[in-house]
Amino acid sequence: MSKVRLLVGTRKGAFILMSDGTRKSWEVNGPLFAGWELYHIKGSPADPMRLYASQTSSWFGQIIQRSDDGGKTWHQPGTAPGEPTTTPDGMPKGESNKFVYDTSAGTGRPLTTHQWYDGSQRPWEFKRVWHLEPSLEDPDTVYAGVEDAALFRSTDGGKSWAEMASLREVKGPLWQPGAGGMCLHTILLDRSKPGRMFIAISAAGAFGSDDGGKTWRAINRGLKSQYELPDPDADVGHCVHRIAMHHSRPNVLYMQKHWDVMRSDDGGDSWYEVSGNLPTDFGFPIDVHAHEPETIYVVPIKSDSEHFPPDGKLRVYRSRTGGNDWEALTDGLPQRDCYVNVLRDSMAVDSLDPCGIYFGTTGGQVYGSADGGDHWMPIVRDLPPILSVEVQTLS
Amino acid sequence: MIRVVLPAHLRNLARVEGEVALAVEGPVTQRTVLDALEARYPMLCGTVREHGTQKRRAFVRFFACEQDWSHESPDTLLPEAVATGAEPFLIVGAMAGG
Repeated sequence: MSKVRLLVGTRKGAFILMSDGTRKSWEVNGPLFAGWELYHIKGSPADPMRLYASQTSSWFGQIIQRSDDGGKTWHQPGTAPGEPTTTPDGMPKGESNKFVYDTSAGTGRPLTTHQWYDGSQRPWEFKRVWHLEPSLEDPDTVYAGVEDAALFRSTDGGKSWAEMASLREVKGPLWQPGAGGMCLHTILLDRSKPGRMFIAISAAGAFGSDDGGKTWRAINRGLKSQYELPDPDADVGHCVHRIAMHHSRPNVLYMQKHWDVMRSDDGGDSWYEVSGNLPTDFGFPIDVHAHEPETIYVVPIKSDSEHFPPDGKLRVYRSRTGGNDWEALTDGLPQRDCYVNVLRDSMAVDSLDPCGIYFGTTGGQVYGSADGGDHWMPIVRDLPPILSVEVQTLS
Repeated sequence: MIRVVLPAHLRNLARVEGEVALAVEGPVTQRTVLDALEARYPMLCGTVREHGTQKRRAFVRFFACEQDWSHESPDTLLPEAVATGAEPFLIVGAMAGG
């Protein structure tokens, strides 16, 4: 029977939740890396036993962890347990944690400044890895979206990282941090066209590349941010919270923006609003059903100044029409006195049939539905605030 | 040997318990102590000082002999008691919380 593995990152460590294909009962393992912020954990599509984790701390910086056995054991790439901590010629290892912007003459770009909250310019400064996206084909290739916003890639299993610096050329000095920081938080890889990828940055917008990240273009036409930007239709500067794509229709992109749920039918060249009858179109995550590319999910949040569900009711909204027509999914979710948030990387879908959908809250609950959202149950209730949820469907 | 006390998170990362002892040749300064620490425990690179700039991370403090050395030049000589191993060099996570 199939198994499902949930990879949960929290403010105080990581948790791995396991179930069989019925998804009725769950085993909770953790905390791993207790006391650290685990921004994201994700498995390789090419080798589900290969997991990457971003372990970070405002005190002690960025650590990359890797597991080659599905999360049973972990090591920093290049410094496996029992291995010497220096190379044969005595040079220190630890390169796996090193994220340095590429300013070299050959592949890099000058490190300029970006906008700061007060409108002044501020130099780029690495803070943490928000999102890890393993390659679809190669377990040793993985992308990292970081704050201050940039994209890094490792081709040696996370041992070393190189910035894909040309991204910063797309009007980088006009990018600015959102309230959570100027982070690159979404990386989508197109299964049908190697080298085609989309990323999103708060608050810069969405960007696309067709050549594996050598060159980039802003893909923000149609976004309107009248309360966030002096020019509501600007090329860059939009606070994109999340974008999602179904692998079978890579030209259709869905976006949860700061305000507005948006859709593109042309690979991001233009966007139109599909918020429809949502009670509020502010929110963070957005995801697509595993088998129905027009079925999408969001979690409406009251506003940018009140990060909790409207009326204290935690409701996932589902559209079976690719937007505009939305239905509230409430069965099994708290419908009173609930004031949690659901962050941008905290929703995931498995590939079983019926499709399972999962999300984590800042209150430490992980909710799951084994029937596409019709019914929900709490898988675990009292974890630390949840930063990310990923799922692996294991045969 | 120079005695260095690490905060719990960094002891876990380095897989050590208690103090670590480091051999430092030449003048004993923050820089030479941290160079020796990172050479012996490379997984700590970037956790105390920033990669590249080698600046102290903002929420890390250096204490020795009941003094805060965090804002001293990294090339200032540390107290003789640290250099002789009579007193430890403390790497501390800055206080947080209420």
